Amino acid sequence: MNPYLSWPFSVIINFYRMNNTKSLHRKDLLGLKDLSVDEIKLILRTAHSMKEVAARPIPKVPTLLGKHIVTLFYEASTRTRTSFNTAAKILSANVTNVAVSSSSVVKGENLIDTVKNLEVMGLDCIIIRHSMGGAPHLAAKNVQASVINAGDGYNEHPTQGLLDIFTMEEKKGNLKGKKVLIVGDIAHSRVARSNIWGLTKLGAKVVLVGPPTLIPEDIEEMGVRVSYNLDAEIPAADFINMLRIQKERQDKGLFPSIEEYAKLYGLNSDRLKKAQKDVIVMHPGPINRGVEITSEVADGPYNVILEQVTNGVAVRAALLLLLLGKPTA
Amino acid sequence: MRKLLIKNGRVIDPASGLDKVCDVLVEDGKVRGIGSRVKGQGARRIDAKGMLVVPGLIDMHVHLRDPGRPDKETIASGTRAAALGGFTSICCMANTHPPIDNLAVVKFVRSRAEAEGVVNVYPIGAVTKELKGEVLSEMGLMLEQGAVAFSDDGKPIMRADVLRRALEYASQFDVPLISHCEDANLSSGGSMNEGAVSTQIGLPGIPSLAEEVMVARDILMAEKFGRVHIAHVSSARSVDLIRQAKRKGIPVTCETCPHYFSLTEEAVREYDTNAKVNPPLKTQKDVKAVIKGLADGTIDAIATDHAPHNIEEKDVEFNQASSGIIGLETAVALIITKLVAGKALTIMQVIEKLTINPAKILKLGKGTLQSGSVADITIIDPKAEWTVNPSQFASKSKNTPFTGWKLQGKVMWTIVGGKVVVRNGELVGE
Repeated sequence: MNPYLSWPFSVIINFYRMNNTKSLHRKDLLGLKDLSVDEIKLILRTAHSMKEVAARPIPKVPTLLGKHIVTLFYEASTRTRTSFNTAAKILSANVTNVAVSSSSVVKGENLIDTVKNLEVMGLDCIIIRHSMGGAPHLAAKNVQASVINAGDGYNEHPTQGLLDIFTMEEKKGNLKGKKVLIVGDIAHSRVARSNIWGLTKLGAKVVLVGPPTLIPEDIEEMGVRVSYNLDAEIPAADFINMLRIQKERQDKGLFPSIEEYAKLYGLNSDRLKKAQKDVIVMHPGPINRGVEITSEVADGPYNVILEQVTNGVAVRAALLLLLLGKPTA
Repeated sequence: MRKLLIKNGRVIDPASGLDKVCDVLVEDGKVRGIGSRVKGQGARRIDAKGMLVVPGLIDMHVHLRDPGRPDKETIASGTRAAALGGFTSICCMANTHPPIDNLAVVKFVRSRAEAEGVVNVYPIGAVTKELKGEVLSEMGLMLEQGAVAFSDDGKPIMRADVLRRALEYASQFDVPLISHCEDANLSSGGSMNEGAVSTQIGLPGIPSLAEEVMVARDILMAEKFGRVHIAHVSSARSVDLIRQAKRKGIPVTCETCPHYFSLTEEAVREYDTNAKVNPPLKTQKDVKAVIKGLADGTIDAIATDHAPHNIEEKDVEFNQASSGIIGLETAVALIITKLVAGKALTIMQVIEKLTINPAKILKLGKGTLQSGSVADITIIDPKAEWTVNPSQFASKSKNTPFTGWKLQGKVMWTIVGGKVVVRNGELVGE
C-alpha cells in the first residue's frame, strides 16, 4: 500500500474537507498574541496527527507537494531552521534556505525588497527570523505569501511557544490552573512572551522568575505574576521552563556575574528536591550547562528537553499544513 | 501694497485680550485698525464670517532639513507646508547637514528663506559645534546674522559642565537655550516608550525617566545659570517638575507638540513607524498631564517638532526607522479637535500658545494684531471638517501617524506681512 495514503494523513485530509470552517483563516502566523484559543487548539490537535506521521518508517505525505517554502534567517539558528526544514519535507514541500550572510542583505537591500523578490520567484511561504521585533509583521504586510515568525527580537517565537504548550499538554493534559514557572531573562526573551500569551489564554498560572533587571516593565499586565525567589516558587510548580541566559546581558550591566546568576536563578538538583515529584523541566535550548541549568537536571528524570525538539517538528508541520494546505477545489 | 479688509471675523488677539467679532484693516504690510468702524475704502475684502482671525501662528520648533536633505524637505517646501498650516513664522532647528553652528549657515538659511520661502524663517543656532555637546558655537556671531535661540535639538547636551558654560555664556545675550531633554544612557538602544506596550510587543523601551531626569537637571541649571526652554515635553513627571520650577520663579519655559496630546504609545502597537518619535509617545496618564499643563499655563507653547523623513527611512524595521512626525499641516486641526472641541482649553488659550507666547520666549516682536504690528494674520474656519491625506501636503515628506483622521478646523487664509500666501485653503499662485 502506498504509505502516503495511510490512515493519519487521510484523517487530516478528511478533517479539512469536512471542517473547512475550522482551518486557520489567516495568511500569517506572527505571534500567539494574535491567536484565539480555538486556533491554538486546532494547531495542537493537528500537531498530534503530524507527530504520528513523523514517527512513521517513511515520514512523508504529499500534502504540500508543489508548495515552495523559504527560510530567511537574519540570526543564527540550528534547531528552529532544521526543524522547519524537516517539517516541510514531511509534507513534501520544497524548501530553500536563504543564508543572510551571503545574500544581498549585506549589500544593503531592505527587508521589504528582499521578501518581495522571494515572493515573485513563486514562494508560498516565508519563514523569518530577525533580530528586531516586528520585522515579520513588516514582511507580512508587503507580500501575499504566508509569513511565519521564527523569532523576532524580544517579541515572539510562536512555534516555540506552541511546541512548549504541546509538550506540556502531552505530559499533563489540560493546562487550566497549572502553574508554570518561566525562569531567567524574561526581558529579552521572545520564547517567554510567546509562552505567556499562549499559556494565559489556556488558563495556566504563569509565574516569571528572574532578577528585576531582566523582568520587563509592567509585564503583570499580561496576566502573570513576578517573583524574585526561585526557591519559593518551585514547590507548587507543575512546569519549570528555564530560559537561556546570555553572557552579553552581563556585559550590559544587567547582572554582576554568571556565577551570581547561577547561584540565585540556576536550576540544580538541590533546588529541584523541593519540587513536586511529577514536575516537568523544560528548556528551549541551546543550553548553557552549569549556568541556568546543571547537567544533572538537564539530563535528569524530569526533563523533556529533547522531547520538546521532537515535538517542534510536529507543531511546525501542523502549522505549515494549516496555513498552506488549504484544500483545492 | 494693496489694502486688505478682513470683515466680520471673530478676532482673537491674546496679547491684548481681544475677542470680538469685528474687522481688521491691513495696509502697507501692517495692521492699521481693528474694530467695527474701520474704513477700508478701496481695500480688497476678505469675508471672514464664522471664522477666527488670529495673529499669524508661530512654530518655534521645525526641522527644515535645509541644507542637506532636500529629499526630505527644503526651505521652499517646508515654508509652504507652514503657510498651509497657518504658520507665518517658523524657527528651524540646527541639526541640518552641515549644522547651523556658524554664521555662514545662519546666513545661508536666511538668504534661502528670503529667496524661496513664503513665511518668516528664524534660524536656531547650535549650542555646540557640530552638535557634539563639547565646544561652544559662536553664538554671538550667529545672533548678529539673525539666529533667535540656540539648541542642539535632536541630541541632548549630556555634559552638565558644557551646559553650564553654554547657559552662562548665552546669558549675556539674553536668548534662551532650547533643551532636548534626553539622558542618552537611559534611552540607549530604545525605540519606543518603555512600559506595558513595549513589553507586550517586544520592542526595546526608553523609560520616561530619560526625559525627566534631564528636565530636572536643566531646571536646576536654569535656576543657577539662566533661561532654559524645554522642547517637546511629553511626560507627566516633566510637566510636574516644570510646574514646580515655575512656582519657584525659575526662568524655565517649555513647549509640547500635538502628537503628545493626541496619541499614546498604543499608536505603535502594530509597529507603525510613522508614530515613532523622540521623545516617544507615552501613556494616557501622560496625555492627560500634558493637557492639564497646557490648560494651567505650565506649558507655554505648542510647537510641531515637524520632522520630515522620507519613506525609505520609515518603511523599515521599527528599530531601524528614523524618529519624527511631520506636523505643520495638521497642528491647527489637532489643536482644535483635541483641545478646543474637547473643552480642555479655550480658543484664546491655544492661540496664545501659538502666537504671543513663543514670540515672547524668542523676542520676535510678533504674535499680536495690535495696531501698527506687522500684518501676519491667520484665518481659521473652526468648524470645517476634513480628512488627513498626506498626498495633499506641501511637505515633501509624508510621515504622519494621522492619515485618515477626521479633524475639525481648517486654515483658510495665511497672510504674511500683508501678503496673502494662502487663500481659501490653497497656496496662492501655485
